[in-house]
Amino acid sequence: MIWQQLQSLAGSYPLALRGLGMTVMLSLISLVLGTALGFGLGILRTGGNRLISSVIGAWVDLIRGTPFLVQIFLIFFILPEFGIELGAFTAGIIALTNLAACFICEIVAAGIRSVPTGQVEAALASGLSRWQRMRQVVLPQAMRIVLPPLVGQYVLLIKDSSVVSAIGLTDLTRVGWLVVQRVPNGLLVFFLVGVGYFIVCYPLIMLARRLERRMGQAHGEVQL
Amino acid sequence: MLENFSFRTIIEYLPLFGQGLITTVWLSALSFAGALAVGVVLAAMNLQRSQLFRVPAKAYIDAVRATPLLAQLYFLYFGLPRLGFVLPELVVGILALSLNSGAYIAEIIRAGILSIPRGQVEAGVASGMTYVLRMRLVILPQVFKVTIPPLLGQAIVLVKDSALLSLISVSELTRAGQLLASDRFMPAEGFLTIAAFYLLLYYCLKGLAGLSSRWLGLQPARSST
Repeated sequence: MIWQQLQSLAGSYPLALRGLGMTVMLSLISLVLGTALGFGLGILRTGGNRLISSVIGAWVDLIRGTPFLVQIFLIFFILPEFGIELGAFTAGIIALTNLAACFICEIVAAGIRSVPTGQVEAALASGLSRWQRMRQVVLPQAMRIVLPPLVGQYVLLIKDSSVVSAIGLTDLTRVGWLVVQRVPNGLLVFFLVGVGYFIVCYPLIMLARRLERRMGQAHGEVQL
Repeated sequence: MLENFSFRTIIEYLPLFGQGLITTVWLSALSFAGALAVGVVLAAMNLQRSQLFRVPAKAYIDAVRATPLLAQLYFLYFGLPRLGFVLPELVVGILALSLNSGAYIAEIIRAGILSIPRGQVEAGVASGMTYVLRMRLVILPQVFKVTIPPLLGQAIVLVKDSALLSLISVSELTRAGQLLASDRFMPAEGFLTIAAFYLLLYYCLKGLAGLSSRWLGLQPARSST
């Protein structure tokens, strides 16, 4: 009985690989785009312009305050009403990128705020331009605060990518859902799906923990 | 464009939305209570010296944190009947949310307990307090204080996560939006309305988090949801 099911599962491994590929691709693309956008937003958020900062803050709150599933539905079903036709894949990428950017924006902003003002003033006094100040003085120091939660955010992003299966993208979770219709063993099928995610996420969780410990130590040294 | 956005339809469906909102609130509350119980047990196991307790607790926490809630939900939804437990979708959903959030809450509680300086325990021992007395009078009041804000953060996450239960057809808030969207082909009305309701819940919990950290005399929490 269990043999038959295993055989039948083994038969659907091309589908599983495609699902894993889809999950990785979705996560990777939105991770890169979301990080770039998130850093940009985070810098603008702390940039001193009240209006820009509060607009970004309000948008971040909207995104943090609503379930990701609802955001996907909104993007997938409502943007077409504005004349923007989207495939499920593009809609998924937009939703995930937006989500990642909002969370990363707050992480980056917190990092930048943690840099003592004296540092910025010293940079100003040395005649560094705005861009130089950001790139050579503020960001390198902010990274110590930013890096551990940033990696943690990537884990969340990979996990959230499972929700796009709701608009019909064949990612790893969707594959599990499809396979369980044929092989009626939910425990086994979704255990394997879980293993798939675990292989991708667990190394990142370990990395985040290590970074946290190392950055904490580095911080301690400075305080001494 | 949205020029034929129909407020009338929204009002017509308002009872459905109201029911969905109420369901979301109480199922989240119930799941949160369950998650607290799971979290306390896991944290207690994780703080034992014996590997016998620590290893399973750590393994469970890691397994939950490294896999998506949706996969966990389907695991229970399709897996439990196989073990002979045929439960209503709602119960499966509450179970999944409790087991998932419990792992995160365990880490919050553990961090809270570890944040108490060792000297506090030693002072308790030196004053001749028993373990129970130390826990009750020294450790737990302080743990309570530092864990309230992150626990409220987790409550926000839980309320949002509960939207996934619509995918196993629990009739909560998101399901109400889906019904309106599919019955009347009005996705804008359906999903924008439920987004507004979720925001309402979010701001309530966020306000509560802010108030609690002021009452507790902590820094105004940069909520990390």
